[in-house]
Amino acid sequence: MSNVIGIGAAPRRKEDFRFLTGRGNYVADVKRADMTFGVFIRSPHGHAVIRGIDKAPALALPGVQAVLTGDDVAADGLGSLPCGWGIHGADGLPMKEPPFPMLAQGKVRFVGDMIAFVVADTLEQARAAAEAVVIDYAVLPAVVGVLEAVRPGAPQLFDDVPNNLCCDWELGDKAAVATAFKRAAHVARLSLVNNRLIGNPMEPRAAIAEYNGGTGHYTLWTTSQFPHVVRFLMSALVLKIPEQKMRVVAPDVGGGFGVKQFHYGEEAVITWAARQVGRPVKWVADRSEGFVSDRHGRDHVTEAELALDQNGKFLALKVVTFANMGGYLSTFGPNIPTNLYGPLLSGVYMTPAIYCNVKVVFTNTVPVDAYRGAGRPEATFVVERLVDVAAAEMGIDRVELRRRNIIPKESYPYQTPVLVEYDSGDPMGCLEDALASANVAGFAGRKAKSERDGKFRGLGFSTYVEACGLAPSRFAGRLGARGGLYESATVRVHPTGQVTVLIGTHNHGQGHETTFAQIVSEKLGVAFENVDIVFGDTDRVQFGMGTYGSRSLVVGGAALAKASDKVVVKGKKIAAHLLEAGEQDIQFKAGVFSVAGTDRIKTFQEIAGAAYVPHDYPLEVLEPGLEEQAYYDPVNFTYPGGCHIAEVEVDPETGTVTLEKYTAVDDVGTVINPMIVEGQLHGGIVQGIGQALYENAVYDDISGQLLSGSFMDYTMPRADHLPNMTIKTHSTLCTHTPMGVKGCGEVGTIGSPAAVINAVVDALSHLGVQHVDMPATPNRIWRVIQNAAMPRAAE
Amino acid sequence: MRSFAFHRPNTLYEMSALLGGVIDSVPLAGGMTLLPTIKQRLAAPAALVDLSKIPQMFGIAVTDGVLTIGAMTRHVDVAESAEIRSKVPLLASLAAGIGDPAVRNRGTIGGSVANNDPSADYPAAVLALDATIVTDRREIAADAFFKGLFATALEPEEIITAVRFPVPSAGGYAKFKSPASRYALVGVCVAQKAGKIRVAVTGAGPGVFRIGAMEAALESSFTPDAIAVIKVSSENLSSDIHADAEYRAHLVTVMAKKAVMAALQTL
Repeated sequence: MSNVIGIGAAPRRKEDFRFLTGRGNYVADVKRADMTFGVFIRSPHGHAVIRGIDKAPALALPGVQAVLTGDDVAADGLGSLPCGWGIHGADGLPMKEPPFPMLAQGKVRFVGDMIAFVVADTLEQARAAAEAVVIDYAVLPAVVGVLEAVRPGAPQLFDDVPNNLCCDWELGDKAAVATAFKRAAHVARLSLVNNRLIGNPMEPRAAIAEYNGGTGHYTLWTTSQFPHVVRFLMSALVLKIPEQKMRVVAPDVGGGFGVKQFHYGEEAVITWAARQVGRPVKWVADRSEGFVSDRHGRDHVTEAELALDQNGKFLALKVVTFANMGGYLSTFGPNIPTNLYGPLLSGVYMTPAIYCNVKVVFTNTVPVDAYRGAGRPEATFVVERLVDVAAAEMGIDRVELRRRNIIPKESYPYQTPVLVEYDSGDPMGCLEDALASANVAGFAGRKAKSERDGKFRGLGFSTYVEACGLAPSRFAGRLGARGGLYESATVRVHPTGQVTVLIGTHNHGQGHETTFAQIVSEKLGVAFENVDIVFGDTDRVQFGMGTYGSRSLVVGGAALAKASDKVVVKGKKIAAHLLEAGEQDIQFKAGVFSVAGTDRIKTFQEIAGAAYVPHDYPLEVLEPGLEEQAYYDPVNFTYPGGCHIAEVEVDPETGTVTLEKYTAVDDVGTVINPMIVEGQLHGGIVQGIGQALYENAVYDDISGQLLSGSFMDYTMPRADHLPNMTIKTHSTLCTHTPMGVKGCGEVGTIGSPAAVINAVVDALSHLGVQHVDMPATPNRIWRVIQNAAMPRAAE
Repeated sequence: MRSFAFHRPNTLYEMSALLGGVIDSVPLAGGMTLLPTIKQRLAAPAALVDLSKIPQMFGIAVTDGVLTIGAMTRHVDVAESAEIRSKVPLLASLAAGIGDPAVRNRGTIGGSVANNDPSADYPAAVLALDATIVTDRREIAADAFFKGLFATALEPEEIITAVRFPVPSAGGYAKFKSPASRYALVGVCVAQKAGKIRVAVTGAGPGVFRIGAMEAALESSFTPDAIAVIKVSSENLSSDIHADAEYRAHLVTVMAKKAVMAALQTL
């Protein structure tokens, strides 16, 4: 068929027409008759006991429908917010899992912690009433840093979590690592901080809920990356209402980056409140509220050591990390700095022994959870920085040291010492391609020119791998996942031969409506414009796990490919009947069923028509209709990765770092739509650059106030911070996903921070600088230069 | 945001009557600080008195070597004024670098000067150019106008109607922007007139200030090198998550040199 737009094509994105013409439908756009408006009262203190709440002044104000508090939650017997992962410590004991109440009960543990929900006829009335609620606090000392939180005498967040230690987790062979260190010719050591980030999707979180007293049905519209999981967690564990009476809709969502992949207390409170007040309840966060309530990312303090032999071969890696969980365990919280971190420490290298110990720590800060990359950027940063430190100390060229340790293409599949087996990859190929694409050979000349201008120029490499396509359920279950991680798709062929796909992933900027339509167009030979993708509504779509962890194409796309193949199988049976041939003789190609070796054909459209108008149809062996469903649970993670090269210029007078060139060569497996892949890489790389040079969530360490609580103080990367980027793919095919895809949503964010900081350190290396923490702000770099320039004290 | 009355007087007389007569009324110029403050419920005035329809508060004119800019003149109009670009180019480029296009299309010189944000750009130019602040009741010299963090010599209900800048023989402004807000972490304005030099700094401390040592050095030799070794003390400078006081002190010298370089281009 002429309008097939299949795998490898780059059509414009289907969804952009409605977005670019202002016709998207976001949660804030949803209006229900007679709806009310809600405002959350949030803790202004980092740590405090709530001695009393006086609702009366608020309830006396006009339009106020309800003021709900933690006491009301307790009185209704509602559950606390569940954590989706139960990890175990090195001692074999389960992590400490204190309750996370949807409204605070007795105590608040971070600035932004929810205390009460005020519902009124108008938003202004609700805001006025929220100000009228009188809350009596006994303010407690707060602790915001991980190292401070585990010290003796530190403020304790929970009575039954000594030293604020949630879990003391480990992975790898400690004894083998110790032995390897004993015979090392050199040990490179590095202490680093992985800075806390705030995702800031363009659309703030929002929710609107209504309750139908006649049927007992609830509907919640929410800005979620995984509406089915919200429905399951909220109905089964928090509100304890029948799952079939709960509909969750996540319509158009304006960016997620992980921030919207958790079940938030706001969702449960609003759904519960809708029944309490008997009218729909709407809440839309403002940006300031997002800063103190959207789950944050990263926030590690790490000591790492790499043992090498005299030739620079890696012998062993040892990593000890303190990971900040914030005030409570969020949905995936404890999984991120453990299972999504430790197994990535092997990188693209043949390191025979690895040991990782992670101390998961509670502090008086916003709960920390997955943010684009989630654990894997942190691991990559440790490994790729440490490789550069080792190279500098041993006097081996950084690229050469990587070449000596990179897993050769022919060694795949490669079993690492930290759980995972890489199925495919060619990191050396990515490296060589990137070296050429970045014109590394011409760097010396560019550096000399910078020097003539009084600037320092540096080049940074990051050769890396990540684990994507979350996740094989069996594997995840062994690591502590309490849910499955498969995906589902239904291909519904209409009597016209046009197609609706119902898929369990969620599109919030990734271009799924285009990519998935290309897969169906290719598989079934139907026109690209005749395929619509439906997602984000639990009443329309079968159970699905949603979108995160670069899983949508890898896991959801695989389910879609499987379901499409099932449609073809059934279509062949129908065609065999109509063409009076054996099923085994029917071929399907480009939208046409034919009898092999003949000119007898039926189009896909004719077969669809026959399925729904079964006048001449094999009813005795086949049901009418043409609709197939498939669930897909991957057998392994996928392992995209590549080589990123950053080139920076440092102005020593002001400490300003300017990113001059950026080159990324990534192995993302099969590329369905190269334009969308390039866009994903651009966005991901920029988020990594943001972490490396600009973004930083800073708390006051005494009061627990968030000091970077607005865009006036939290530096988002902007267009004028960035150079044009060279983006290329160098793909090997995944051996276990149906189309050979590996995923591309997070690669950019995972590879880039290390490349940028390695470049900054390289630019300053002539001053003896070995490491710079993120973000490399002008003040920090100026300080590093000042300190380096100072004469060293006599040793 | 709470509800408030909205008044839009057409004359200075009406304006004064409203500001003096309506309890808890505040003047609205460009609203770039006031409106976000109201939206965040940090302020809840009973009435806003919008100054945008008072003809005397508009206009750009150069007479007898003095540039007069009406208080309600938007940053974009200063940035794009051919008159200002030729006579006082530092002011045009300063205005072109304030905030972002949305701010420049709304924000006014009078509002910025009256607000005296410690990181705002205009106060540095007003002080360095030895401008005169014209209000609805008097004229105030720049040296007597700025009183530190958000404080000025303005009395309650006193409104700036214009700012008068003597046209300098040379001048330049250089700022190091906060990467987040794009306000001046440190901004330095240098102006030369009749052999006299004035150097004013914004962003670095709680209020705009002059550096006498740099002024003297530049009067001897109007070159960046003349001030390269002059450092300001970090003692009274601001320190925050973007820049500590020592770094700000260092940037004052760096930006002053750049401002002199810019000024030399205008000679």
